[in-house]
Amino acid sequence: MPHIRGPVAFRGGGFAPRDRPLAGALTVIALLALWQAGSSLGWIPPLFLPAPYDVARTLVTLTLSGELWRHVSASLLRLAVGWALGTVFGVALGVGVGIFTALRSPGMAVVSALFPIPKIALVPLFIIWFGIGEGSKIATLAFGVFFPMVIGTAAGVDNVPRSLIRMAQSFGLSRRAIVWKIVLPGSLPAILSTMRITAAIAIVLLVAAEMIGAQRGVGAFVLQEGNLYDTDGLLAGIVVLSLMGLGASWIIGRLERTLLAWRG
Amino acid sequence: MSQGLRLAIDGVCHSYGKLAVLEDICLAAEPGEVLALVGPSGCGKSTLLGIIGGMIAPTAGSVRAEGALADECLNPFTYVFQDFALLPWRTVAGNVALPLEGRLDQAARRERVAEALRLTGLGEFAGAWPRQLSGGMRQRVGIARALAVRPACLLMDEPLSALDAQTRDLLLEEFGALIARAGTTTVYVTHNLGEAVRLGHQIAVLSRRPGKVREVVRITHPLVGRDPADPALARIERCLWELIRDDAAAAARELDHAAH
Repeated sequence: MPHIRGPVAFRGGGFAPRDRPLAGALTVIALLALWQAGSSLGWIPPLFLPAPYDVARTLVTLTLSGELWRHVSASLLRLAVGWALGTVFGVALGVGVGIFTALRSPGMAVVSALFPIPKIALVPLFIIWFGIGEGSKIATLAFGVFFPMVIGTAAGVDNVPRSLIRMAQSFGLSRRAIVWKIVLPGSLPAILSTMRITAAIAIVLLVAAEMIGAQRGVGAFVLQEGNLYDTDGLLAGIVVLSLMGLGASWIIGRLERTLLAWRG
Repeated sequence: MSQGLRLAIDGVCHSYGKLAVLEDICLAAEPGEVLALVGPSGCGKSTLLGIIGGMIAPTAGSVRAEGALADECLNPFTYVFQDFALLPWRTVAGNVALPLEGRLDQAARRERVAEALRLTGLGEFAGAWPRQLSGGMRQRVGIARALAVRPACLLMDEPLSALDAQTRDLLLEEFGALIARAGTTTVYVTHNLGEAVRLGHQIAVLSRRPGKVREVVRITHPLVGRDPADPALARIERCLWELIRDDAAAAARELDHAAH
């Protein structure tokens, strides 16, 4: 028979990753330093990939000339309106699908049929419907945000414990009060998580819509710089898009911290 | 405090599809009385409680309530839940205030919440989140929320079953005092015969599925200060166990069989 003797080995560690923000920042700095070193030493040709310093200089020039703000302001307006419209209507239908039998099957059938369509393919159609102006761009964003919002919200509503809804009914709360006080707060974590995803989708669609038919906007600027082979400007535009994504993520993070403080 | 209601459960039957759960249940409770429902797992105790409070429509039979409702009663039939059913995104005070919102002005609401928290010993925890509380404290919040609406009939569904033995004993004493003070008619569902004997004026023993009333045992001891070591109460508990032992064993075998 096998024999055992000595201290019992510890086996319970791991599978508990912790956040180390400093490590994240250092990684980005190290990659930028490597990239800069590669460019300065001539290992990376500037037309292939401009140096971080050149991209930063272009960003400063664009900022000082006011050109950057001209493009960014147009993009931010489209993003804010399109994202807000898609979110509001998506949450409304998602809640409806989550609580009303009459809406559930028809709503999910339509959403399932339309969600997989690449929204970029619909941009020409939106231009025909809403014109070449702001309408078609905002519609593209709103449409792209709407479907994942419906699906995420409906899943959130489904995950609200039914025991809480029965509790509210047993205390005689009205249907409206149950939606406002139980269903919406209960599905808020799922709604906010979905908003993180739709923010990224909205930025992708924003660029696509602006590339197809816009004079102003970060997407139009990136396309213009690409056509001119001005890779400094092109990368500066991409950095701005990345910053817009980070900004949206930061705003949602703040919302989560405020609205979901109860999670601790 | 509210006056309790007289409850009459008349020929209640219930089925889930083809599965008969309750059969011809006839029981009554006088105002201020505690009717404890005991029986083996799956005998339909919680279903009967749902029917009494209007949360489940019976297949046949009816539940009648009789009595004057006090002005301050905001929800005549009020549940206390096994899993507490607290909103995690509301503080203790927010949870207690939930059923008062839209029914009382802010000052009256604040007063009622404060009183309910004081009665349940939660005065210092008004601003705490449910996640910060122990199981026993969470159930106190559930009780405070129920008392805040000044119910005429309190419907308690295994309120102590999720708690440890010591907390259960402590809360059981408090339940007796609170129920006696509130004067509500109470229906108390439990699988724990000790709890039934400590709290019940009447104990209805249900048979295994489909649940039928096998026996109704009356206890005349006053609710406050019942001593679990009292030989008379211990004798009643033994009798109750004799009544349900075979059914409980059969129900456990059935559950075991279903699990495999």
